[in-house]
Parts: sequence; C-alpha cells; structure tokens
Amino acid sequence: MEYTLFILLLPFLSFLFLGLCGKWLSHKVAGLVGTFSLGAVAVLSYLTAFEYFTADRVNGVFETLVPYNITWLPLGSLHFDMGIMLDPISVMMLIVISTVSLMVHIYSMGYMHGEKGFQRYYAFLSLFTMSMLGLVVATNIFQMYLFWELVGVSSYLLIGFYYTTPAAIAASKKAFIVTRFADMFFLIGILIYGYYCGSFGFEFDAEGFAKGAFMLPTALVLMFIGGAGKSAMFPLHIWLPDAMEGPTPVSALIHAATMVVAGVFQIARLFPLWIQYAPQALSIVVWVGVLTAFYAAAVACVQSDIKRVLAFSTISQIAFMMVALGVCTEYTTGHHHVGSLGYMASMFHLFTHAMFKALLFLGAGCIIHAVHSNEMFAMGGLRKYMPITHWTFLIACLAIAGIPPFSGFFSKDEILTACMAYSPVVGWIMTVIAAMTAFYMFRLYYGIFWGTENKELHAHHTPHEAPLTMTLPLVFLAIVTVGAGFIPFGHFVSADGQAYDIHLDPTIATTSVIVAVCSIALATYIYKGEKQPVAEKMRAALPALHRWAFKRFYLDEVYQFVTHRIIFAHISKPIAWFDRHVVDGFFDFLAWGTNALSVQIKGLQSGSIQKYAYVFLLGVLILFLIVLI
Amino acid sequence: MDYSQFLSMQQEVSLLAVILLVFLADLFTCGRLERGEACALSEANGSTCGCRFRTFFPMVLLVLHTVLNLLPWCCEGCAQVCSGKEAFGGMYQSTPMMTIVKSVLNVGTVVVFLMAGNWLKRAENRIKENEFHLLVLFTLLGMYFMISSGHFLMFFIGLELASIPMTALVAYDKQRYESAEAGAKYILMALFSSALLLYGLSLIYGAAGTLYFDALPEKVSFSWLTVLGMLLFISGMGFKISLVPFHLWTADTYEGAPTVVTGYLSVISKGAAAFVLFTVLVKIFGAVDFVGVWNEAFFWLIIASITIANLFAIRQKNLKRFMAFSAISQAGYLVLGVMDGTAQGMTALVFYLLVYMAANLGAFAVMNVVEQNCGKIGLDDYDGLYQTNPKLAFLMTLCLFSLAGIPPFAGFFSKFFIFMAAFNAGHHLLVFIALVNTVISLYYYLLIVKAMYIKKSDAPIAAFRSDCGTRLALLICLAGVILFGLAGCIYSYIDSFSYGLK
Repeated sequence: MEYTLFILLLPFLSFLFLGLCGKWLSHKVAGLVGTFSLGAVAVLSYLTAFEYFTADRVNGVFETLVPYNITWLPLGSLHFDMGIMLDPISVMMLIVISTVSLMVHIYSMGYMHGEKGFQRYYAFLSLFTMSMLGLVVATNIFQMYLFWELVGVSSYLLIGFYYTTPAAIAASKKAFIVTRFADMFFLIGILIYGYYCGSFGFEFDAEGFAKGAFMLPTALVLMFIGGAGKSAMFPLHIWLPDAMEGPTPVSALIHAATMVVAGVFQIARLFPLWIQYAPQALSIVVWVGVLTAFYAAAVACVQSDIKRVLAFSTISQIAFMMVALGVCTEYTTGHHHVGSLGYMASMFHLFTHAMFKALLFLGAGCIIHAVHSNEMFAMGGLRKYMPITHWTFLIACLAIAGIPPFSGFFSKDEILTACMAYSPVVGWIMTVIAAMTAFYMFRLYYGIFWGTENKELHAHHTPHEAPLTMTLPLVFLAIVTVGAGFIPFGHFVSADGQAYDIHLDPTIATTSVIVAVCSIALATYIYKGEKQPVAEKMRAALPALHRWAFKRFYLDEVYQFVTHRIIFAHISKPIAWFDRHVVDGFFDFLAWGTNALSVQIKGLQSGSIQKYAYVFLLGVLILFLIVLI
Repeated sequence: MDYSQFLSMQQEVSLLAVILLVFLADLFTCGRLERGEACALSEANGSTCGCRFRTFFPMVLLVLHTVLNLLPWCCEGCAQVCSGKEAFGGMYQSTPMMTIVKSVLNVGTVVVFLMAGNWLKRAENRIKENEFHLLVLFTLLGMYFMISSGHFLMFFIGLELASIPMTALVAYDKQRYESAEAGAKYILMALFSSALLLYGLSLIYGAAGTLYFDALPEKVSFSWLTVLGMLLFISGMGFKISLVPFHLWTADTYEGAPTVVTGYLSVISKGAAAFVLFTVLVKIFGAVDFVGVWNEAFFWLIIASITIANLFAIRQKNLKRFMAFSAISQAGYLVLGVMDGTAQGMTALVFYLLVYMAANLGAFAVMNVVEQNCGKIGLDDYDGLYQTNPKLAFLMTLCLFSLAGIPPFAGFFSKFFIFMAAFNAGHHLLVFIALVNTVISLYYYLLIVKAMYIKKSDAPIAAFRSDCGTRLALLICLAGVILFGLAGCIYSYIDSFSYGLK
C-alpha cells in the first residue's frame, strides 16, 4: 500500500504549484490541475479502500496497516512520528474526503468561474484536502494535531477568501480564534496524555496506559473540548454559522462534510481509551451533544438565510454523531451487545451525512448562483427554473429527514436505536430533534422551491439552471445519497472491528418514520402555499421565542459581553497598563540612566596624551591593588 | 645550523617571500616618481596594465600565501605535527591552532587589501601605493612571530615589528592633520605600553632567570613580583586589544587613521593580541594561583571595557569613533574567552575573532567606500542611505546585526559560544553583565540602522557604484556573516585543535 503516500503528496504538490505559479496560469488550467490531482487522489483512495477491505481478516478484524512511519522529532523516550495508518475508519474517511473534495473541485469550476483569485482558491482547496487527509491517516495524536491545525489554517484562508468584504474577514478571524481557543485544550490534553502514558501513538495495549490511567479521563475530556471546538459543539459553535461567509463550495467541503466532523473522528479514533478508561466521561459527550442538537435544530427553524439554516442543521447533525459515540457502553459488538452500536451508527451517519449535506450545500450554491442572494425572500417557486437542483435537493432533504430508502434513514435509525438502548430519555429527545430536523429542512425546501415567487426580483434576472460542471456533482451525490443506505456498513466499521449485520429495530424505525412524515406534513401545511397564514400567526403568537431563536438565543452577544466587557476591560486593560507603565517604565528608566551616565563620563576621553598615560599606569596599579587584596 | 628548521616555519617563510617579492616588484617595475604620471598617462590611453600589476601583484601573492597555508597540514601519520612543533631551540613554537589563527589573520588582510584598492588609487597615494602593502605585510609578519614565539624576547620583537609599521600606517595620510596626530598618539602610547611590558618581562626574568616559555612554568613561582610582571604583560596586551583602561588612544587613533587602516587595526591587530594573551597566559601562568589572579584582573577589565565602551559609543557622532568604542566593547567579549583558559574558551575566542572579523571588516568596507566616494563619515551623513544605496545599507545592516549578536547571523553564535565558555567556567555574574551590555550595544548599532532606513535627509549620500575590490570584500564578509553561524563544521573544526588548561 505504498502508493498511499501519493494521496497526501498529490494535493500538497498541487497546492505548491498553484500557490507559487498560479499567477502565470489561466483560470482553466489552474482549475484543471487542482481537479485532476484530486481525481487521482480519489482514484487512489478508492483503490486503497478496495484493497484494504478485500484483504483477509485476521481474527475477524481488518488488520491495521502502517505503510509509512518515520520518527520526526525524537525527544528522549517520547517521539513525534509522521506516517500513514490505515484502519477501517481512516479508510472510510479517505473515501468521504476525496469524494466530496473531488465533487467540490469540479463544482467550483462552474461556481467560481471568473472570480478574482481563482488560482488561489484552488491552491487553498488543495492545501485543505492534504491537511484533512493527513489528519485522518495520522499514526499518532501529535501528527493528528499538526494536521488539525493545518485544516484550521486552510479553513481560515478559505472563509476569508473574499478578503475585501469586512464580514468575511470578521468571520475568518472568529473561526480561527474560537477553534484555536478550543485547540489549546486539545494540546494540553495531548501533553497530559503523552506525559502520563509515555506515548503519542494509537496502539492502546501498551502498559503505559495502566500507569497513566488516572489522568486519562482528564486528558480525554480536554481533547474532547478541542474536538468540540472543531465540530462546533455548544457553546463553541458560534464560528460555524459565520463561516458561511466563505464561498459556498467551501462550506460544503469544510463546514459540512469533512473538517467539522474531525471532532467526531477524534473521539472515534480514541474510542478504545474512552470505553476502557473513561466510560463515565462519555456522558459529558452525550449531554453536550444532546444540548447542541436541540439548540441548533431550534435555531434552524427560524433562520431566513439558507446557508445559515444548513449551518445549524450541520451543527445539529454532528451533535447526533457525538451523541451516538457518547451512548456507547461496551466495546464488543454483536447482536447481544447493543452498547457498542453507537460507534458504528456514528461513523455511518458521518458517511451518509457528508454526502447529503455536501449535496445540500452544493444545491444551495446553485440557488445562490441563480438568484444572487442567500435570503429566502429572494427565492420561492424556483422548481420551475432549476429542475435538477430541485430534485437533488429534495432527495437530500428526504435523506436528512430520515425517510426510507434514502441513506439518512438507515444511519439515523441506528443512532436512535443506540440512544434508546442507553436511556429512553435520550432516545425520545433525539427522536423529537429528528422530527425538528425534518420540519426545518422542509421549511427550507418549500421556502426555496415553492411558496411565493419573488417576481419583482426575478423580472430583470430570470433564474436559470446551473451549468453542467455544477449539476454533475449534484447528480452524483444524489445517487450516492439514494444508494448509501444499502451499504452493509457494519461489515466494514464497528467498534471492535468484527463484522456486524445492521438490522433495523422495527418499532424504532416505524416511530421515526411516522414522526418524520408528520413533521414533513406539518411543514407542507405551513409553508407550501403562496400565502403562509399559519407561519405568520405562529410568529405573532410567540414573538419573543421567535426573536430569541432568530438571534440564536443571543449567544454571540453573550460572547461579546464576556470578552469585551469582562475580559478585555477588567483583566486585559490592567495588565496592559502594568506592562506599559511599570515594565516599560523600568526599562525606560534604565535607558535614561545609561544615557545620563554616558554624559557624565564624557570627560574621560580628553584627547590629551599625558592623561592617557596616567590613566594607563593608574589602571595597572589599581589592578595590582585589587589582585593583591 | 640545521636549515631544515626553516621548514617548520613555513608560514613565516612564505610570508617573507611575499614581502620580498612585493618589495622587489616595487623597486623594479618603474621609477618611483614617474609612476604617478605613468599611471595617469596609461589610464588616459585606456591601458592600465602597469598600474593594475602594482595593485594586483601583492594581492595575488597574498591570496596565494593564504590559500597555501590555509589549514594546518595535519594527518593521521604525523601526530607530532598536530601536537605542535619547535625550531631554533624552542625560540619558535607552533601548534595547528596557531596556524588557523594566522590563516584567519591572512583572510582578514586579504579583505583589507581588497577594500584599500580604491583608496590607494587616489592621486596623493599613488606614489606610496606599495608602501601600504609592505607595511601591512610587515605588521602581519610581526604578529606571526608574536603568535609563534617560544621566548619572551622573540615575542617582544614580534610585538615591535607589529607596532612600528603600524604607526607608519596610521600616519599614512601624513599631510592630513588628524592622521599625523593619530600616528603620534599611537606611537607614544605604544612606546609607553611597550616600556611597561618590557619592565614586566624584566621582573619575570628577575624572578625566574629565564625567558623560555618551555622553562618558565617550572621556574616562575607565585610572588608579588611575578604577579606584577604578569599584570604588566596583561596591560601591554590590553593596550593592543584596547581594553579599558588602556584604551584611551583607540578613539583618537581610529578616527585619525585612514579608514582602511582603522579596519585593519580594529580586527587583525586586536585579534592577534587576544590570541597571544590566551596562549602565553595558559602556557606560562597556568598554575592555579596565577589563574585566580588573572581571572580576577580580567573580570574587572572585561566589565570596564564592555560597559564604559558602550556608554561612550552611545554618544558618538563620527562613525569611526563610534566603531572604535564598538571595537573596545567587542574586545571585552573577546577576552571573555580567556577566562580560566579552557579549551572551550580558546575555540570560542578564535571563532569569535573569525566572525567579528567578517562583520567588522564588512562595516568598515561600507564606511570606506562611502568615505572614498563622498568624503562623509558622520552618523548624520548616513541618513537616508537606504534610499540612495540600498545594497550598501542592507549589507551594513547585516554586519551591524552580526556585531550586535542578532540571530541568525554569525555574531549571535559567536557571542553564544563565548558566553557559554565563560558560563561553563563558572563566571555567571560576568556573563550576566555582558548580556545586559549586549542590549545597550544593540541600541547603538540600531542607531545606524535607523539613520539609514528611517531617517530622512535633505542631502543624502548620492547613489554611486562601488569598485570591484570593495564588492569582492563585501561579498566575502557577507558570506562570513551568514555562513559562519550556520556551518557548524567550522566551529567543530576549530574545536578539534584547541587546547587549554582543562
């Protein structure tokens, strides 16, 4: 499997090439270079997956392969390694990343057509893809952290792609600072982990873990905070809605399908540790996830910017994956071990969600492309103008709502089963949130494609279907979304690696489908018509709730207050004063003293040679006296 | 007499050959008086080969000499060569380290020659062009003897051979009032310090009854007489290195002497003296009692040198005076390597010398070329140099950064090594004071940078093209400033030859 190195190398070379020579390339060439290198990466990833999953199992488990591992920085007994590790989840992630990235690359050729900085855009896309691939194949937590920061940087660069718009700059800074703040905890967690367990690696059977076991829950929770920052868990989610300022394909790739699930991936990667050493701490993951899922779903119900709706929907869905990981109680899989179902469900949902959420974002991109606005009031009735976008979008909505036979149904159903097994309370809350999901997605769908058409706006600019480069990825992802549910996912990925047949729990499946259908019906009732009297009435009846939800429960304002009014005003300012007046003052005093002294002793250099000789002799004598005494 | 002994003095013999050839060439190429006219004439005709020959001949010979004697010929089979050799009954001694130091001096001299080309072509200097070369080579020979002496008499002859032609060099522009004054001050102070040094030597002779370096360590016992002798020796060397309080001549002489000579004086002469100070102290006064004494003496000398020189440097308006005080403070850092006379100290000292040479000569080359083209040497004259001569300003900045010890330039590493050597020898307070002083030095080095880059001037130095010699010199210095720090092999190569008390 030596060729896996090229999976990392190709996008990196493409980044270097486009970044350094982009200036001299035409848009078309730059786009083709980026797309073709990604195409090669995708082919290699599929090849890797094919070879990996067709290889023989050892004791019923796919063997973990490490084609490359070099010691990068030796530090005594500890060492930082760089390498490539292939195991079921990393191979699964390779497929997700390369597929979505390839789709986004193709799509961007149409979407970004004629944009200033087109080459830069592709260079950053390549950089991001390389970093994300490096993150998932990391052989140790430190390498993961390195690439983790790299994806953060590339996300920052891409959110701020339109660097002349103040909103984009603010959003990119916000994303970077919030995730960096969370990453600080991740780093502390890594250091604790390395210090107490004596290793950064992912081989968990070392005896060091027994010694470091008492610190492991702390380390894991700290790392989870890092993951929560990246995966936009409450209350560190505030950056993700703003990150929608970036180009829409970027939102599809980074802020829906790949980077934001890094936190989920991190927990899955360290899952054996969580289960063995910190099972109680997993409840933190569960409740953070539940809170986030509910909060985001509630906010998504009232947003009017379609990308914001999708952003909150993403937050909510990632929270589903988190909850699924959190509800795991055992490591062994099998039909009698329902406690380990969540792991598989989470990864399955990660996979299906990446596909249909990327599809939704790319569809949203087509719509924005057509009407030149993110706001729902500019849309309505678009189904006539954009049939392909309409149908693919509908498929994705049905998938996320959990309607069989679309992929989202299968993965969400597994999650709900796992939650029910953990605690009925969690199970029912998650079912309600699933219902909310179906509701807000169809509110979005009807708002865009049905409802009142904004004739005034469309009069001088008729919406039109997107070009082929943009619709092709939509169709491809729609096909995947339809078919992905039938992948026997349990055969490939499960907590302990043993093959496991997914089987649907009929009660839960029926309940969730009924709930979803009811929600869709409700949304249809409220939002499908030209006039929406029910929606108006609801808004009028609960003005406060609507306003709060629309303003995202004023969390951003809380952050503003805490950082500006409390931290900046009452902590930073006094420290700055101390630094400016006391610390600087001390050094100013030293400088002033030095200067004054140099004025005082000026006379020593008189220019008269007799004096020089005296000083010389005197110097010798004084030295002699000093030495004698 | 065994003439094969001359073979062990290959560097001295080679340099002597260079001197003789230059001398003969000077005598026979053309008549002294006509030469100026001949040159003017031939230049007018477009052929300058005669003059070129006069400039290039010493240059080529010196380069040849430098290259041939660059590294000690040390091989597996000749252990005796590596450990050192003697000639003339111990009057002459040499170790591979000495060869390296001589090579460092050679390279520095080559750079000085390159810098000097432009200045020597001036009408008033043409007639005495080769005098400059000869005088410089004579001082260099004197330093060789100083370094390789095995007897105090030999050492003294070397010292004088290095001093007296130096006076002539300082007073080279003797028509210029400052140059003459500088020469007079230099010779008077040199005589004074020589006298004191000789007095010290006589005290040592009185106490020990011999002046052979090999015999002295056993004969010389710890008494106030020998201690005074040693201190007088240190003061004599302190004069050459220009340590406070033996430094007072420095500013006046540096200011008055021609810039090229100042450069030579501030690096080559100083470096040789510092190295000799180290070897002689280690060789003769290596006993524990003596080490304590000279450590204490150097403690105060170093603190005084670094601090006082820095305080004076802040006030200077003339760049050459400024560089004089900078050189005094650098001398203080250099002597840090002498503390305790460890092998690590020796390596650090030689390495410091090498790096200091590159940076200081680079700065002097810039100053010289500016002075030759516009006759300006004041700090204010450099205002806005970056606007008119960006490359020169940039080179000057790099050299000043290296002098101040800013990473990644070589000066940082040399300071680091010398601090480390002194720190490992246990002189923590001294290193701390030296560190504080580097901050002050940073301030005044940056004053020049500020003048060049930030300050605006109504009448900045006009843009000019520097001559090839200066460019080559600057290139060598630039390479040194950047590469010496990064190429770790240089330090370890020097380290493989160093020796000391511990």
